[in-house]
Amino acid sequence: MAGHSNYVPQSAAAKWLESRLPVISLVRGSFVDFPTPKNLNYFWTFGGILFFILIAQILTGIVLVMHYTASTSAAFDSVEHIMRDVNFGWLLRYLHANGASMFFVAVYIHIFRGLYYGSYKAPREISWILGVIIFLIMMATAFMGYVLPWGQMSFWGATVITNLFSAIPLVGETIVVWLWGGFAVDNPTLTRFFSLHYLLPFMIFGVVLLHVWAFHTTGNNNPTGVQPKTKQDTVPFHPYYTIKDLFAIIVFMIFFAYFVFYLPNYLGHADNYIEANPLVTPAHIVPEWYFLPFYAILRAVPDKLGGVVLMFGAIAVLFILPWLDTSKVRSGAYRPLFKQFFWIFAANAVVLGYLGAMPAEGIYVIMSQICTTIYFAYFLVVLPVLGFLEKPLPLPASIADSVLKSGSAGSGTPAAAVSAPETK
Amino acid sequence: MSTMINMVRSLAAVAALAIATPALAAGAKVEIDYQNWSFAGPFGYYDRGQLQRGFKVFQENCSACHALSRVAFRNLAEDGGPGFTEDQAKVIAADYIVEDGPDDFGDMFERPAILADRFPSPFPNEQAARASNNGAYPPDFSLLAKARAPQRGFPNFVFDIFTQYQENGPDYIYSLLTGYEEPPEGMEVPDGQYYNHSFLAGQFISMAPPLYEDSIEYTDGTPMTVENYARDVAAFMMWAAEPHLEDRKKIGFRVMIFLIVFAGMLYFTKKKLWRNVEH
Repeated sequence: MAGHSNYVPQSAAAKWLESRLPVISLVRGSFVDFPTPKNLNYFWTFGGILFFILIAQILTGIVLVMHYTASTSAAFDSVEHIMRDVNFGWLLRYLHANGASMFFVAVYIHIFRGLYYGSYKAPREISWILGVIIFLIMMATAFMGYVLPWGQMSFWGATVITNLFSAIPLVGETIVVWLWGGFAVDNPTLTRFFSLHYLLPFMIFGVVLLHVWAFHTTGNNNPTGVQPKTKQDTVPFHPYYTIKDLFAIIVFMIFFAYFVFYLPNYLGHADNYIEANPLVTPAHIVPEWYFLPFYAILRAVPDKLGGVVLMFGAIAVLFILPWLDTSKVRSGAYRPLFKQFFWIFAANAVVLGYLGAMPAEGIYVIMSQICTTIYFAYFLVVLPVLGFLEKPLPLPASIADSVLKSGSAGSGTPAAAVSAPETK
Repeated sequence: MSTMINMVRSLAAVAALAIATPALAAGAKVEIDYQNWSFAGPFGYYDRGQLQRGFKVFQENCSACHALSRVAFRNLAEDGGPGFTEDQAKVIAADYIVEDGPDDFGDMFERPAILADRFPSPFPNEQAARASNNGAYPPDFSLLAKARAPQRGFPNFVFDIFTQYQENGPDYIYSLLTGYEEPPEGMEVPDGQYYNHSFLAGQFISMAPPLYEDSIEYTDGTPMTVENYARDVAAFMMWAAEPHLEDRKKIGFRVMIFLIVFAGMLYFTKKKLWRNVEH
């Protein structure tokens, strides 16, 4: 990363620091001089948007913790105390609660961008796998955060999800008791979820750094999927992508603020404004919207263990995705058949989300089974086979080539074809 | 480029649907009589007169069985609420007796409420409330307007994003309070229950019709109908559940203006910066 910068410290202080800890050249190499493909479209801004949301969630969360009490007898009251009596407490809580949804909106777009443009393929497998790990920790964090207000959906959601582990043969029941810290979701469960909910975001932060390190080593993917060959193909990260990412972040903030200020409870569930009551089960226990597709897969089969295996398998399959796709062409833009299957897959994911919100009965069960089959078929059948059957469109010779309307237009002199950006 | 625009379009549609699904969260189909609320929409605010009338309905009628335990007397005089003066709120508080203590002798004692106190509840606990109400528990009013949401169904839940519909609670409360009627021919209503076509948890509700024409004195000339009582108390309950709604919408508007202007400036800055780069 530092290798991308030809930074030479000028001031005495900078020289002193740089010779002891080369942090200035590290940052310059990674976020200032870093050569970035010049053809990235706005889907590539979601990485920056996600980083912004992660920081925002951590900051609002730290302040919320100052006013929150993790105890079954006081949690619900302390959240209402935040909403009513803490200065701008309502704003902090609505930002944090809706921020979780925004996190998933952005991460799903980010993941689908990776799927479409083949960002998971060599040499970016590690970036992709680290991303899936972030996604997993995010889901755990969001789930535990939803339990903290100790409303009806908090309690019953926690009960349903932790009970999934009881499907594990032989040790399932023991694991569930161990997770709960008792024989039901209760105070020990709440306090450990609180502790972990505070810990995990910092773990996400750490894995994010690895994720960035990995794709800064391989270089960004881009809409053509063609590796940058010359300096004509890239621009320095700053100011070109800092300004573009900042613009995208602000536009995303408009979307975010719209929900926070005008629809703060739209994405939540009314039942969570009722304090948790272990004696009263809500008519329908529904997870937050971002879990609905996986919830639909879970309920697709009548067998509990089978459902749990499928649900975890739906994420596990992402880990081996780089080796399932046999096509040599990265970008979906040059894969006519792949493109169609990709959109079927995307639509299928939305339908799964819809089915997750519906009661598991009648036609919905059959549809869930069909959609679950499509989900897995995409990864396990379509992607492996497509690489052999498909005839991809001709790839552009280079990124610079792809963005020029008439072959070589005249900005600058063409650099030698062999010069890789990292060697200058 | 056109692939990208198509992708943007498709993703936007996908996102809209994906976000919207929670509103589908199933619930019984009930009849909802939608009302025009002053606090709906981006510039919504509470109608002071309506909140004061609604408070009167609560005080003289509902509070015999329903608690309001999260609202303090001081809230009555705070900005964005019913608009009582601090002195008025003090007088209102002084009418309530709250338990305090222990005193220097270790005894609990009773005293008139002050601004810092929250509304005392009509029953000491849930069991006592049930015992006095034929086994039913009259829910606390503090959060009820946010804790009840009838199913919106497709495609309404998608439109709700654009119309900023967040008034499921008060609409439901109004519909419930005005939803009592004679049961359909041949329907057997259980003893101590009442037929209501808007009740979320079934057709029969344990609460007797609580509002009657002219039963609560309005002094501002508003017609003393069941509909007005119901609408006013529902608005009051919305305020009790979301006391900072006015602040939220006011700040929200300024935030939106700032963000949109800032985004516009950034867009042109970005455009200028990239003007010499083919991309």
